[in-house]
Amino acid sequence: MTTETGFDPALYDRFPTRETRPDGELEELERIWCAPRKWGYFAAVNNNYIGLYYVAAAFLFFLLAGILALVMRVQLAAPLQTVLPPDTYNQFFTMHGTLMMFLFAVPMVEAIGILLLPQMLAARDLPFPRLSAYAFWAYLVGGLCFFGSLFIGLAPDGGWFMYPPLTSTAYSPGINTDFWLLGIGFIEISAIAGAIEIIVGVLRTRAPGMTLDRMPIFAWAMLVFAVMIIVAFPSVIVGTLLLELERAFNWPFFDPLRGGDPLLWQHLFWFFGHPEVYIIFLPAAGLTSMMVAAIARSELVGHRLVVMAMVGTGFLSFGVWAHHMFAVGMPRVSTGMFSAASMAVSIPAGVQLFAWIATLASGRIRWSTPALFTVGAMFVFTMGGLTGVMVAFVPFDWQAHDSYFIVAHLHYVLMGGMVLPMFAAFYFWTPMVSRRPLSERLGKWVFGLMFAGLHIAFFPMHISGLLGMPRRVFTYLPSSPLELLNFLSTIGAFMFASAVALFIVDLVRSFRWAPSEGNAGNCFDSGTLEWLPSGLYSTRSIPVVKSRYPLWDDSSLAKDVEEGRYFLPNSVTGLRETIVTSPIMAEPQYVEIMPGPSPWPFWGAVATAVFFLALTVQAYAVSAVAGIVMILCIMRWLWETDRPIRKRKVDVGAGIILPTYAVGRDSHGWWAMNILYIVMGMMLFVLIFSNAYLRGVQPEGWVAPPSWSSLIPILGLNALAAALAIAAVRVLSRRRRAGRRIWILLASAPLALAAGVYGDVEAWRSAGLSPAASGQGATTFALLAQQGTAVAFALLMGFYAIARGGRNLIRGPRSGTVDTISRFILFAAGQGAAAAIMPRLMVLA
Amino acid sequence: MTEALFGWPPPVLDPMGPYAEPVRTVAWALSGMGALVTTLVVAALFVAWRGPPVWRARLGGQTSILVFGVALPAVVLAALLIWGLMLTAKLDRPAADGAMRVRVTGEMWWFRVQYLDPQGRVIAEDANELHIPTGQPVAIELASADVIHSFWVPHLSGKKDMIPGRTNRLTVQADRIGRYGGVCAEYCGRAHALMGMVVIAHAPDEFGRWWGARRAAAATPKPDSAGFALFTDSGCAACHTVDGTRAVGRTGPNLTNVAARQTLGGGILPNNRGTMTGWVGHSQSIKPGNRMPNYDRLEPRQLQDIVTYLETLK
Repeated sequence: MTTETGFDPALYDRFPTRETRPDGELEELERIWCAPRKWGYFAAVNNNYIGLYYVAAAFLFFLLAGILALVMRVQLAAPLQTVLPPDTYNQFFTMHGTLMMFLFAVPMVEAIGILLLPQMLAARDLPFPRLSAYAFWAYLVGGLCFFGSLFIGLAPDGGWFMYPPLTSTAYSPGINTDFWLLGIGFIEISAIAGAIEIIVGVLRTRAPGMTLDRMPIFAWAMLVFAVMIIVAFPSVIVGTLLLELERAFNWPFFDPLRGGDPLLWQHLFWFFGHPEVYIIFLPAAGLTSMMVAAIARSELVGHRLVVMAMVGTGFLSFGVWAHHMFAVGMPRVSTGMFSAASMAVSIPAGVQLFAWIATLASGRIRWSTPALFTVGAMFVFTMGGLTGVMVAFVPFDWQAHDSYFIVAHLHYVLMGGMVLPMFAAFYFWTPMVSRRPLSERLGKWVFGLMFAGLHIAFFPMHISGLLGMPRRVFTYLPSSPLELLNFLSTIGAFMFASAVALFIVDLVRSFRWAPSEGNAGNCFDSGTLEWLPSGLYSTRSIPVVKSRYPLWDDSSLAKDVEEGRYFLPNSVTGLRETIVTSPIMAEPQYVEIMPGPSPWPFWGAVATAVFFLALTVQAYAVSAVAGIVMILCIMRWLWETDRPIRKRKVDVGAGIILPTYAVGRDSHGWWAMNILYIVMGMMLFVLIFSNAYLRGVQPEGWVAPPSWSSLIPILGLNALAAALAIAAVRVLSRRRRAGRRIWILLASAPLALAAGVYGDVEAWRSAGLSPAASGQGATTFALLAQQGTAVAFALLMGFYAIARGGRNLIRGPRSGTVDTISRFILFAAGQGAAAAIMPRLMVLA
Repeated sequence: MTEALFGWPPPVLDPMGPYAEPVRTVAWALSGMGALVTTLVVAALFVAWRGPPVWRARLGGQTSILVFGVALPAVVLAALLIWGLMLTAKLDRPAADGAMRVRVTGEMWWFRVQYLDPQGRVIAEDANELHIPTGQPVAIELASADVIHSFWVPHLSGKKDMIPGRTNRLTVQADRIGRYGGVCAEYCGRAHALMGMVVIAHAPDEFGRWWGARRAAAATPKPDSAGFALFTDSGCAACHTVDGTRAVGRTGPNLTNVAARQTLGGGILPNNRGTMTGWVGHSQSIKPGNRMPNYDRLEPRQLQDIVTYLETLK
């Protein structure tokens, strides 16, 4: 057997250990991972809490967005009604779409991941618990403020994809649109944070022996999900930033009269927006793959095919964005390519669907509420997928596009692809977090009402669309077929709502949440690790995984785990900890010391919310103060991480010795930073794309670049910063005592970066370019602004290094803090060079 | 508007010209395919549940995934793709030189219709109403004056967006005389729901007569009446043009032949004295947010005079 890290797999044979564990270990684990009390709930960081908070908050937004939908359905139940004035209706549908896509669907699947993944991987927690907490609170506070804009009539009203110029200041002078950008800003932050958490969690905190091939399919789904977020979200982050820059400072990215182009927004939005659909679908498909195995009590047939299908979906989804733009008048070649990719993406969906059916066929279906929801979802998703193939057929799309046919299609896809699987998952995994399962009897009613309701609501919309009813209309003129169809849709919507209401009744009756007091257990006889006996510390000991369904294959596993006969049956350092394993073979590498509860992520999130909110209402002073508070809170929370640890090597059970600290490639922090660089690199790429795109469509009037000699000092300064950053790591590794003075290097490098970007701005200014004058100016200065932001972060890191160094908290020979800062400076130096070179080259092209 | 648009059968399935016709076949074919595949999935689920053990064993293997999940869709989709690409090319081809030229501009929230000569000069202007002869392709240039709109007359063709800074081209043709409703399909703000138009297809000789009358309307100087004085003094002329008079506003629709139009208010009202009076007096309660203010400060007499004047514009 080959190894990845030099770990001898024969050591796994020492488990389960024979001797009984000493008394008091379990009590110590319970003490270390104890439940929060009173206000402590705001400081909780454990995934058992954050995960459930997150699910609950996402569900709240589902309800709120659903209520908006009901009011809209009342308005449309008959023609020419005046339940909602047009402006309010337009706010309602914008909020409905935005809430459902950004504040419900993505956070919900992410939340389920945060709740389930550590359990499925038998980790004690996700690797960055405080980051999860921050992401959650930022999302909740930001989302509620965003929703609140509806009550003061300031909710956005440009539709959830916010096409300029309708959303530019000329046609949307109010701050409604800014509220949208605000709400999206939060979800961007929390999605990226969550994605980093999930990638590192899935790749580095799996139980020993859980190779990639033995990893539960849901973990694969979440891995692909998170990678897609990392690649797709930067596009919408840049898009929203550009729109806000256009609105706030009149930089004409999307204004055709000044060298911009409204279609640039559509490309940026849909490059994110279509992968978004699969970002929502894949985790739910992963849940389905887990559930069908339990429903049939048979291993998932075609496990590897399903993994390939999910990875394939991830790739293909980035080649389909322009199918939202078939009607904008694209060249025929592009239309054909996007049509082909859009059709091709249904193949991996088909693979998953038939893998589920094959699994059900290979076992015996045991009907239960989750089984009903799962099978129902397959039917609904099939229908949505088929209308998807229809609209991938370009001439048909020219008719169906932006009509109610699309409304029907997208609701079928999202209902079958995400909502029904989510309800299945609620019924299926509730016994894991509640002492009582949900009611099977009520559950069947919930399913029946929901299934019937959604067909009655959404099927008629296909026909409404073919009748010529465009989407996003607050009313329609009298016409008998259309009246009938819309009335049916309204009835169906209320049936669906009554199903959700019944679910809430069941939830209130049955749900008993107290994570410290155990759970209802493995009601559905599933085979994966989340059904091991567990407490707040997750499982008592961390098992060695030898197959995909360990609970089915080793009937004594649960007992052995509970008796501490596997890895880490105690806390070896007296702190929260988990085992970090290698990414492919999951060989144990080191014990990660995890940060415990802290109020600072919460306060940091509140400050972040105030910061953005104040920015939206243009209270710049408040915003500045909140920004500083936010930075201080985050630094305060970081302060407790990367602590010097006394025990450098510990016994994690059966005499296996692991270190308690790692830097570089082995450490989980290194992985997280690299993912962040991918995010920033994608943002850089998207900005360069924007510059190139405008060069292509609006080539007139571009200003000649500054002289090439102006590049020399800019590149030189960036190189100097890079050299200082490298030197810091080198010096520390050679001279252990340099820790106190290493900050000089780390704090001066960002100054060189700052001088570099300043020089670049001045060079373009003197070449006669200004950001408000043209698309070229806007995109060029946007690139420089991105570099300026990175430099600002580097400066903050420099201050942090000064503070840590002054307190003698930087110790050689290698320090995670120094590594992180140094690598960030290197990244910023590279970005500075790219931002300097690319816009100059673009003018020549 | 326009039972023509929202009536039964659905206009997408009731095409009136060669640019819409093939999509009916496509729609039925794709719906048929959808029904078949859905049936297949339901049957497979049923076999998985209740089927004989031999069938279940077959369905429960990897081969069934490869056959139903990969091979079958790959064949069907490849065929669809080829059909789709060929049809896209056919429907997207520009009209031959010498075809009738029209420019339609989307504005918040109505359609400006301009008839062009072969050199692209405007020879007549209209609003929310496009007259075409049957049996010949008409080349439409689509533009926008403000935000993104989309031109959709489902009886005649698929939709195409009207994008600021660009001109899109669309060809339509009606083979039967009739009135075909159209709407703006891209959300364009407050009154998007009430932005419609109508295409009226005449037999070629009838179209010639209509065109003659339209040219005559433009050339005939309008008698100065009390209504016309009010029309200019109340500010109407600041936004509206009446050809051959000193009313030369460009913001709103050209009213030279307003009385001859079939609809008012962006395709949402039938055109008669009652609706015209209502529109001039209280357009904001009919179509909230539209760019024309209410003229409720006018005396009823004055309002009637203006409407009487407008009724002469044929």
